[in-house]
Parts: sequence; structure tokens; C-alpha cells
Amino acid sequence: MSERLTCDVVVVGAGMVGAACALYAARAGLDVALVDRGPVAGGTTGAGEGNLLVSDKEPGPELQLALFSLGLWAELAKELGPAVEYEAKGGVVVAAAPEGLTALGDFAAGQRAAGVTTVEVAADRLHDVEPYLAPGLAGGVLYPQDCQVMPALAAAHLVRASGARLLSGRTVTEVLRTPRGTVLGVRTDRGVIHAPAVVNAAGTWGGELAATAGVRLPVLPRRGFVLVTEPLPRRVRHKVYAADYVADVASDSAALHTSPVVEGTAAGPVLIGASRERVGFDRSFSLPAVRALAAGATRLFPFLERVRAMRSYLGFRPYLPDHLPAIGADPRVPGLFHACGHEGAGIGLAPGTGHLIARLLSGGVPELDLAPFRPERFEREAR
Amino acid sequence: MNSLRLARSRPGPAFTVTFDGREIEALPGWTVAAALWAAGITSWRTTRHEGRPRGILCGIGVCFDCLVTVNDRPNQRACLVPARPGDVIRTQEGTGHAD
Repeated sequence: MSERLTCDVVVVGAGMVGAACALYAARAGLDVALVDRGPVAGGTTGAGEGNLLVSDKEPGPELQLALFSLGLWAELAKELGPAVEYEAKGGVVVAAAPEGLTALGDFAAGQRAAGVTTVEVAADRLHDVEPYLAPGLAGGVLYPQDCQVMPALAAAHLVRASGARLLSGRTVTEVLRTPRGTVLGVRTDRGVIHAPAVVNAAGTWGGELAATAGVRLPVLPRRGFVLVTEPLPRRVRHKVYAADYVADVASDSAALHTSPVVEGTAAGPVLIGASRERVGFDRSFSLPAVRALAAGATRLFPFLERVRAMRSYLGFRPYLPDHLPAIGADPRVPGLFHACGHEGAGIGLAPGTGHLIARLLSGGVPELDLAPFRPERFEREAR
Repeated sequence: MNSLRLARSRPGPAFTVTFDGREIEALPGWTVAAALWAAGITSWRTTRHEGRPRGILCGIGVCFDCLVTVNDRPNQRACLVPARPGDVIRTQEGTGHAD
């Protein structure tokens, strides 16, 4: 192979986060190699819905990262918008009962104080916003900042725009270190790539990659199904979900949780989520999960009862115990950076993550405080 | 050579379905796609955005390219749906749903 196997930074993982790291690192002037054992968007990126959400995030570091990231997405959309099916369509969270609406209102007030735009929608105005919603809902909140992209296209276009060398179908087997522990590059199943910096953007498999560098990062898979309907004219205008979704996202339970999340797509099919369960990397179909998704969606949008589901797919969200990603330099292994563990929010959080990582790689000061995302924060609990 | 003879197949008697109002013949066990192909029809859907012609691509239910309207129900995979006597098959335009 005549390829030059030396570069400034190796990004491991060609999902959305890896693509964003490659893009911003390249734009910071670094020579980047992007390595993945499969194709671009072959893992969790290709198995999601492409949500760029602020609506489901409580005030705190993840929301700050989401807001930062949304601004970057808006810039990327100017370059790539139609190609990645970017839609600034907004989200609508609905409450079925008055108690739920009160809780939703309080949650939205906190988000508003943290910089999120929220618009309360009274029960009698819900159908102006979403004409096909079920009757009798207590009310809702509109989040105009929520957006959507087609995630596999988005990752692919970011990789292309980065100009990084893409080495797909190549498995990283080890992060190489000097005797003193500093990063030297990576070993792959097809040779060594030398670089002084390695970015772990391996998503749900980020814990395995970290282990090859001798460090612990407890990323666990949290399985989710998406049900896909036949293509329809645009009947669902926003991303629409029930208020209990936020509680499910924040839950630590291993048992099956489902809460209805419904959205149309530029291509026509309606996507129905969201289920969460911790069952390892089990790829088998689950009728109880998919049945619960269908039931929840038809409660929100009764017309879906007469619409055919064409297929379903599943993916594994990279979940860290405190529901925050690992972003930043790993003090245990100089030269190793982590950008993984974004759970179900990785598409939305990717540009912000990539931008912060690029700042660190080029010796600058990141725009956000990375302390809450410190990759070594789980050390204590392990002992 | 006739493929039925090649496989020594002895299907039951042929029946009739319609495609956009025109009668075509089908044999028991054929899918809608097989009946359309046997009648020389290779396209029965137009794409949602650009109105391009579509028919069979994968032929095994994976790609959803061959969607068609059968008995007023749109978005059925022609390669999987069995043809039945009297089926009314129509070209599907866009999503197949009026709006």
C-alpha cells in the first residue's frame, strides 16, 4: 500500500460525531484520518431519527452543548442544507392531562431561563399547530429551535466536506502508546497509523476502544426501535411527542420504556419512536417494543391507525451512567481524546462536540466548560 | 424456452387481474410483480419528488422500490403481494395518498 500512514489525528468512528470531529479538525488545519470498521454511519448514526433537539433537555451542560451545536448546525445547513434534509421544523411536546401540562409548563419555564425558545400552546390551539393530533389533549409547548436532518446523509456529507482520509472497513484493534503512556497512533487489522492524537468517536463501542488504550469508559448500549410507515403526504408537521418522553430519557431503568415520538420526514414516511431498554447488543426483533410504539403513536395521531407500518429498525444508543457524553482529553493517556457516549442525542450534539475537540487538538480554549463531560469522571465509582 | 416447461411446472388455471383498467393474465402463485412483468409491464410507480418511473429493483421485499396500489391500498410491495383473481392494480403516483 502506497498510502502515507502518518497524520496529525486519527478519528476512530465514522458516525455523526466522528464526521463532525474530522470536519472541524480538518478546518483547524490538521491532517485527519477517519477510520471505521464498517461504512460511514454504519452504527448508531444510521439507526436513529436525526433529531437536533433542545426540547427534551433540562437546563445544564447537555442543554448548553445542544444550543451551541444547534448554532453550528444552522451554519452547516447553509453549506449542505438540502443534501442532508435539514429541516428547521420545530418540536411540539403535548400533555394528555392537566397535571402533566403543569409539569411540562414548569419544565419549559426552566428551559426558557436557560436560553431555549418555548411557546405555550393551549388545548384549543393545538390543532392549528398539528391538525391531525388526537382530540382532548390538555395542551402543549412548541419548541421552534428543534430541527431534523437525515443522519446517514449528514454524516456522509460532513466526511466529504472534511476532506479527511476515510479508511472504512478497517478495524482499530489497539490505541498504541509509548512506554510512558503517550499516544503513538492506532493499530488496525491492516497496518499501523501513526499520529500524536487519537479521537475516540466509536459511539456505543467507545468503551471497547478506550479499553485498548488501558482506560475505563463505561459506555453501555441502550436499545431503541423505530417504526417506519408507508410514505404519506405531510400530515405530521413537527416532531411531536408526549411529555413523559423526557422522564424516559432520564431514566436509569433497564426495563423496556416506550413513549410516543412521531415525526414526518422529507422523504414521506412517518418515523415512530421511542423505546429504551438495556439488553446488551441484542439485535433480535421485539414485538412488545414495536407494538407499544404503534399504540403510543396512534394515541397521539389517530389517523395512524389506518396507515401501514412498512418496517422497523433498531439501534444502540451509547449510554453513560450519568447520561452525559464523554468529551475531552483523557488525562490518563496523553494524546487520547474522547467524543462518545451521547446516548440518543448524538446527531444534535455532534457539531458542538467536533468543534470543542478540534479546539483542544489545536491547543485552543474550548467555547464551553468541559468539566461535566470529563472522560475520567467514572474512575472513583470503579474503586 | 418457456420457463414453466423448463421447471416442469403445472400451475392451476390462469385468472385475470387488471392493471390501470387493462386486463392481464396471471397464474396461481404469482406475485403482482410477476404478473406485471409477464405482461411486459416494468414500471408501475412514479417517485415522490421527481415523478420518475419505478418497478422491481431487489425483488425480495427489501428495497421498497416496487410499491404499487392494489385494490385501492397504496404502498404495497408488488414483489411480495400474491396476485388474486380480480385484483385491481393501479399505477401509484407519489405517496399513493391523495391530499
